[in-house]
Amino acid sequence: MLRYVSKRILSSLVLLVLVTTLTFAMVFAGADNVAQNILGENATDAQIAALEVKLGIDRPLYEQYGDWVVNAVQGNLGQSWTMGESVSRIVSGRLTVTLSMVTAAVITIGIISSLLGITAAVKGGWADRVIQVLSVIGFSLPNFWLGLILVVVFALNLRWFPATGYVDFSTSPVGWVAALTLPVAALVLSGIASASQQVRGAMIDALRQDYVRTLRAGGIRPSSVLFRHALRNAMPAALTVLSVQFIALLGGAAIIERVFAIPGLGSVTVQAALSGDVPVLMGVVVTMIILVVFVNIAIDLANAWVNPKVRL
Amino acid sequence: MTSATQQQSPAPLAARAGLLRSVLINPLGLVASILLSIVVITAIFAPLIAPFAPDDLQIFKVNAAPGDGYLLGGDGSGRDIFSRLVYGARNTLIGALIAVTVAAFVGVTAGLFAGYFGGRREVVMSWISDGLMSLPALIVLLAFYQSLGSSIEISMLVFGVMLAPGFYRLTRNLVNGVKHELYVDAARVSGLSDLRIIVRHILLVIRAPVTIQVSVVAGISIVIQSGLQFLGLGDTSIPTWGGMLQDAFANMFVVPTAILWPGLAISVTVASLVLLANAIRDRLQQGNRPAAVTGLPEAIAKPAAGAAPVDKDVLLDVRDLVVGYPDKSGWTEVVKGVSLTLRRGEVLGLVGESGSGKTQTAFAVLGLLSTGGRILSGSTWFDGRDIANLPEEDMRKLRGKRIAYVPQEPMSNLDPAFRIGYQLTEPMVTVLGISKSEARKRVLKLLERVGMPDPLRTFSAYPHQISGGMAQRVLIARAISCNPDLLIADEPTTALDVTVQAEVLDLLRDLQAEMNMSVILVTHNFGVVADICHRVSVMKDGKVVETNDVRRLFAAPQHDYTKMLLGAVLDDVTPRVYQPRSGRGVAA
Repeated sequence: MLRYVSKRILSSLVLLVLVTTLTFAMVFAGADNVAQNILGENATDAQIAALEVKLGIDRPLYEQYGDWVVNAVQGNLGQSWTMGESVSRIVSGRLTVTLSMVTAAVITIGIISSLLGITAAVKGGWADRVIQVLSVIGFSLPNFWLGLILVVVFALNLRWFPATGYVDFSTSPVGWVAALTLPVAALVLSGIASASQQVRGAMIDALRQDYVRTLRAGGIRPSSVLFRHALRNAMPAALTVLSVQFIALLGGAAIIERVFAIPGLGSVTVQAALSGDVPVLMGVVVTMIILVVFVNIAIDLANAWVNPKVRL
Repeated sequence: MTSATQQQSPAPLAARAGLLRSVLINPLGLVASILLSIVVITAIFAPLIAPFAPDDLQIFKVNAAPGDGYLLGGDGSGRDIFSRLVYGARNTLIGALIAVTVAAFVGVTAGLFAGYFGGRREVVMSWISDGLMSLPALIVLLAFYQSLGSSIEISMLVFGVMLAPGFYRLTRNLVNGVKHELYVDAARVSGLSDLRIIVRHILLVIRAPVTIQVSVVAGISIVIQSGLQFLGLGDTSIPTWGGMLQDAFANMFVVPTAILWPGLAISVTVASLVLLANAIRDRLQQGNRPAAVTGLPEAIAKPAAGAAPVDKDVLLDVRDLVVGYPDKSGWTEVVKGVSLTLRRGEVLGLVGESGSGKTQTAFAVLGLLSTGGRILSGSTWFDGRDIANLPEEDMRKLRGKRIAYVPQEPMSNLDPAFRIGYQLTEPMVTVLGISKSEARKRVLKLLERVGMPDPLRTFSAYPHQISGGMAQRVLIARAISCNPDLLIADEPTTALDVTVQAEVLDLLRDLQAEMNMSVILVTHNFGVVADICHRVSVMKDGKVVETNDVRRLFAAPQHDYTKMLLGAVLDDVTPRVYQPRSGRGVAA
C-alpha cells in the first residue's frame, strides 16, 4: 500500500516536472510582445528594452527557467507582470473561490448522478429515459451558454438570484449560496449527464455479478444487496468518474467565472492569458496540476479502501 | 473430466454495408444526419446563403429587432446576426475538423502501435496518455494563448493533441482484444508482415468505434472552441458562434434574446453529432443487447396449481414447470414442463448437458431467474405450499433459511469487497436474527466443520486471499449455516481441481447425512451422481426424459438419451468393447 502510494506520488512528480517545463517553454516563447503590451502602443524602443531587462525576459530561456525552478521549489512563484502582486498571493486568494465553486459542483454531481444512476440501474423506466435525454442535452449545451440563459431567466427576469458577483462564505453563507447557485447549476449539467450514465453502467455491472444472486439466495435483504454489496463494488468506477469530472470542472470554471464575474482562478487565468502575464499563467498551471494530482491520489486511496484487491 | 467449455466465437461484425442505411432508418439518426447535412452545406455555401457579408455594418441596426432585412436582428455593431451565423458555421466546422483530424490521427496511430507491440512501448504511451488526460485542456490552451497567437486553428491543433488519448485508449483496447483472435494469428502464421496484419484486420474492426469517437470529439471541439472565442481569445474579426455569444453577452442587458441564436447553433450541431454517434452505437450493439421485456407475463394464465402433495414426506414437488424468457416474438421456453419429486433427506441428481434446462429449473425453484425470466406455468410445492411466482419478499424469507444454494464457480460468488467473516455472519444475523458475536462463534465452528485449517485466518481474509477449493467450502458453510431443509447445489465441484472435487463431494455427503437435508444436485457428471445421489432425473431440451433410482438407472437405463450419456462416461472409464453385432470390421 505504502509502495503503491509512493509510486503514484513519484509518477505525479514526473508529470509535474514535464508539464511545467513544457508550459514554461511555450509560455515564455510567447512572451516577446509582453513589454509592448504592457507599455502600450506609444512606448519607445528604449522603454520596451528597459522593461524587458526589468522583467528578466532579455535573458536566454534556460536561464529564466533555472531561476523560475529555483524560486518555485522554495514556494516563490514570482511577481505578476501586470497585476502588481506576487503570484502566490494572487493564486491563493483566488483558489479558495474556485475551489468552493468546484467542490459544490462535484458534490452536486455526485449526489444527483448517484441517485439517478442507481435508480436507472435498478428500476429502469423514467430514470433511464431521463439519463438518455440528459446524455444528449448535457453534452450539447455549452456550460457558458447555459449560464447566460440562467442569468437571463433567473437573474434578469425572475430576479431570484444575483446576475454576477461572489460573496465569501465567511461573510454571508446565504449570500454565498445565492451567488453560487446559478454558476454551479450551469457547471454541473454536463457532469451529471456523463456521471449518471457511468454510475448506471457500473451499478448494472455490479448487479449482474454471480455473487449478487448468491447473496439473494442466502436471504440477504434487497437493501443490503443493493447498498452494501453492489454499491460498494460499483464505487471505484463512480469515484473515477468524479475525478475526471473534477478536471473538467477546473476548465469549465474558467468560462463560468467570466459569465458570472466571479473573481476566481479561472477568470484570473483568462486575464493573464490576454495580457501575457507569464508568471501568473505558470503559477496557475502549477497549482492546477498539483490540485489534479492531489485529487487523483485521494481517489486512488478511496478506491483502495473500497476494493481490497488494489491494496496489495 | 473437462467441464463443457463454452466456445465463445467472436460475434461477426454486423454487415457493414448496411451500417449507414440502418443508421438512417433509426429516426433520431435520420434527424441528426439531416441537421448535420444542413450545417455542413451552410458552411460550404455560406456566401450564397448569407444575405449580407459578415462584416457589413449598419449603424442604425445596432442591437436591432428582427425584421427589415435582418432576419434575426442586428448585433452590437449593427451586423446581420443571421449572416454571421451562416459564416460562423464555416469557421466553427473548420476548427472542429482540425481538432478531430489531429486527435484521430495521433490517437489511432499511437493506439495501433501500443496495442500491437505492447510491452514497454505501451507502458510509456499509456503514461503520456494518462498525463494528457489529467490536464484541464482549457487552462492549458489559455496558458499557451500568447505563444500560439490569436489563430484559433493552431489552438485547435493543440487541442486535438489533448483529445488524442480518447482515440488512443479506444484503439489500444480494440487491438488488444483483436490481436489474439485466431484469424490474426492465422495471418501471422501465413507470413503476412506486421503492417499488413494491422491494416487488413485491425483497421476493419476499429472503424465503427472510431467513427463514434470522431462524432463525440467533434462535439467537444465545437464546444471548447466556442468557449475560447467567447472568452475573447482568437481572431475577433472572423465571425464565429463563440465570438457572437461574446458580443451578445456584452449586450445582454439590452437584447437578451441575441444570446439564443449562436447558442442554439452550437447545441443543435453538437446534439446532432451525439445522436449520430448513438445511432451507430445502437446499430453495433444490436446483436448483443438483451431483448426488451415486452409482452405481458401477467396475461399468461397459470393453470390451477392442484392440491398439495398428500405424502408429508415429500419436501419438494415440482409439477409441469415451464420457465420462459422474453424475446422478440414472445417467450422462449427453456424449461418445458418439468416434474420432480424430492423426499426429505433425499439427494436427487439433476443431470443433463449444458442448455438442457437443469440450472434454470434450480433457479426457478429458488425464485432467482435472471432478468426477464418467469415461471410461465406449473407449480413448485415446497413443504405443502406452492412457491412458484411467490412475491419476492415472501420468497426471500424462505431463501437461506429453508432453501439454500451452493453455486458452481466459487470465486465469482463471493463479494470481493468484503471479508469472508462478514459474508458468513451477515446471512445468519439477517435470517436467524442472532447477534453478531453469536454469529461469529457459530461461523468459526462452521469453518472448522467444513475443513478450514485456520478458521480465524479465513474469517478475516478477503476472497482473493483464499483458494478456489477453500472458497467453495466457505460457500457450503454459508449455505448450511441456517439449517436449511433443501440445498440446491449447482455443479458444486465442476470448477475445482480433481483432487479437491472429491473432498468437497465428501463434505457435502457428510453434511447431508448429518443434517438430514434434502439436496438437489445439478451436474453433468455421472461420477458425481453415482457417488452421492439416491435418485436421478435426466434432462434434455428442457424436459425430464427419465427419473429413476440411481442403481436402476445405471443398471438399466430406459431412455436412449440416458444410455448415450452413460455410454459417454463409460467410454472414459472402460475400454471400448468390440461388438461383432454391429457388423463393422475390427480394422475400422
